[in-house]
Amino acid sequence: MTTAANDEQPVPETSSPAQGARLLEVEGLVRHFDSLRALDGADLAVDAGTITGLIGPNGAGKTTLFNVVTGFHLAQAGRVLFDGQDITNLPPHRIFRRGLCRTFQIPREHQSLSVLENLMLVPPEQQGERLLGALLRPREVRRQERALRERALEVLAFVELDHLHDEYARNLSGGQKKLLELARTLMTEPRLVLLDEPGAGVNPTLMQRLTDNIRTLNRERGITFLVIEHDMDMVMSLCDPVVVMSEGRQLMTGSPEAVRRDPRVLEAYLGGQYAAAGG
Amino acid sequence: MATLALTKALLLIVPAVLLALLVLPARRWRLAVAVPLGVALAFAASLALPSGILAYVVSFAIMGSVYALLSLGLNVQWGYTGHLNFGVAAFFAIGAFTSALMTVEAPTGIAAQYTQMAFGLGLPFLVGVAAAALVSALLAFLVAVPVLRLRLDFLAIATIGIAEIIRLIFQNERWLANGPQPLRGIPQPLHCLVRSQGCDWLPEWAMALFEPLSPRDYPLIYLVIIALFVAVLYLLVERACRSPWGRMLRAIRDEEASAAMNGKPVTFVRIQSFVVGAVVMGIAGALYAHYVVTIDYSHFHALFATFLVWVMLMLGGSGNNRGAVVGGFIVWGVWSGTAFLANAIEPLLALIADDLPRRAAYFRWLLVALLLAGIVLYRPQGLLREEKRVSRYLRE
Repeated sequence: MTTAANDEQPVPETSSPAQGARLLEVEGLVRHFDSLRALDGADLAVDAGTITGLIGPNGAGKTTLFNVVTGFHLAQAGRVLFDGQDITNLPPHRIFRRGLCRTFQIPREHQSLSVLENLMLVPPEQQGERLLGALLRPREVRRQERALRERALEVLAFVELDHLHDEYARNLSGGQKKLLELARTLMTEPRLVLLDEPGAGVNPTLMQRLTDNIRTLNRERGITFLVIEHDMDMVMSLCDPVVVMSEGRQLMTGSPEAVRRDPRVLEAYLGGQYAAAGG
Repeated sequence: MATLALTKALLLIVPAVLLALLVLPARRWRLAVAVPLGVALAFAASLALPSGILAYVVSFAIMGSVYALLSLGLNVQWGYTGHLNFGVAAFFAIGAFTSALMTVEAPTGIAAQYTQMAFGLGLPFLVGVAAAALVSALLAFLVAVPVLRLRLDFLAIATIGIAEIIRLIFQNERWLANGPQPLRGIPQPLHCLVRSQGCDWLPEWAMALFEPLSPRDYPLIYLVIIALFVAVLYLLVERACRSPWGRMLRAIRDEEASAAMNGKPVTFVRIQSFVVGAVVMGIAGALYAHYVVTIDYSHFHALFATFLVWVMLMLGGSGNNRGAVVGGFIVWGVWSGTAFLANAIEPLLALIADDLPRRAAYFRWLLVALLLAGIVLYRPQGLLREEKRVSRYLRE
């Protein structure tokens, strides 16, 4: 099977306060689409308590990595370990129930549901989700629905969307949909949240709120984040460590400073001659 | 004569009250208004309408109820989950033939040479309906496993094919349900109420109430039965759909990938909704069989048993259970009305060409197609649009 050509570099010490054990470990992941090698032996490690950044040029395989890790696409080779357990190619809902959530690059809200019910949908094991429960246990369903509603309103207040709770999700602005995506992941007790370009298409004010939210959640609720982002200011201020991907595999990993200085990163983004000229 | 009208009025109260409940908006005063309104309607219909017209109205309401159920079943599949099921006829037929086989007595002696059937168990009506629901569910499950991997138009093509297969089986397999010949003598529930010897299990005084009825008044009894079926199934479907279960269905309809990422077992839920819809359709089939007494494969053509149902749901409002039921009655009314229209224009058609009047029946389909085009263009959400809040527990 395929392995990464360049050996994985040891993750350097970071300044993140909540250092912990390895939460997510990806080894030699391969995924082809016809002749396109979207993932070509990708490795990745996320430590508990970090906000890990994932950057790389377009087509580096970042989103495909998310898709394979969350069970949305099948891996053709390689392993995904979550908290030491093998979750490779489990169905998406099983992976979700282990505490691994994701958001989408282009928000995929449930358009014809209200903002409130978009969130109430998320928690698993609802009595009313089982057909017999919905038919035979209306009292218990009512009790759960009340609690879910309270919780959803709290989460909406946290992302400051509470005034829109009764609006159809399709009527939100692009940035508000991004916030809704983040809110969605907060309806359960996630351990690791994968954010796919949370800042894309978001105005600076909203962006500030988004990064503040992520930081608060990381610090106060101990949620680990893995963030794909193209906005380098956001990555540099928010993430540590930062992982760089290129052509379906990991190029390097290190602190934001180390990544910024590394000529290989510049080369991957801009091509060889620029790196030489800039260096 | 007066006692006959009184008995009819008393029987009509049940469907009339249910009709009032269906039409009136969901307010606090609904029940308080619906009951007197229904009673008044029942007496007015019984006393004022000539018996021929009343009989027509009753048979219209029974067929309308059958279609309302089909439309309700389709709403779970299409309205809530987005299954493009063009094979409604399959589950309708399976329900009808299953209940018939369960309740008809297997023929003996010389009759056995004319009527062949795989089995005839002579079981009670309710057992037949339950079996229809069960077999329909089983078929839906077997079909769902391979077919629900398909989406939208591909699902539609597959389901059309399955409905045709089912119909052709009932057309050609003589041993199963008398092949191309009709299957006759499907028993009617509570038919003893209108017979002179009466039902043995009913006390004398209760039987006296039904004394004035003669066998040709039986449809009134059946209307009460089917109206209760519609009401109960509507309430069950509404309760299931206006809950977190229905919320999952709508979420999957909107954005399947996101529902999966929210931890919902998408395939399992999609199969569930397909099966639930099919159960309602199967029950509609059983109720149809026990009403018309004689069924054969030709009753289950896609035009009547699938596409008319789609028009009903589109008109009533996909995603709204009340809309589905209302649409069933309205489109059945339009369809019945076009029969008169087609008759009326026959002389006109004769002026154009000699053989045109024979084709007047197709004129009806033309009108229904125009109606469908009108709905899609001018009111795509239907008469009653789907509710914004799925969960009925969020009404406060």
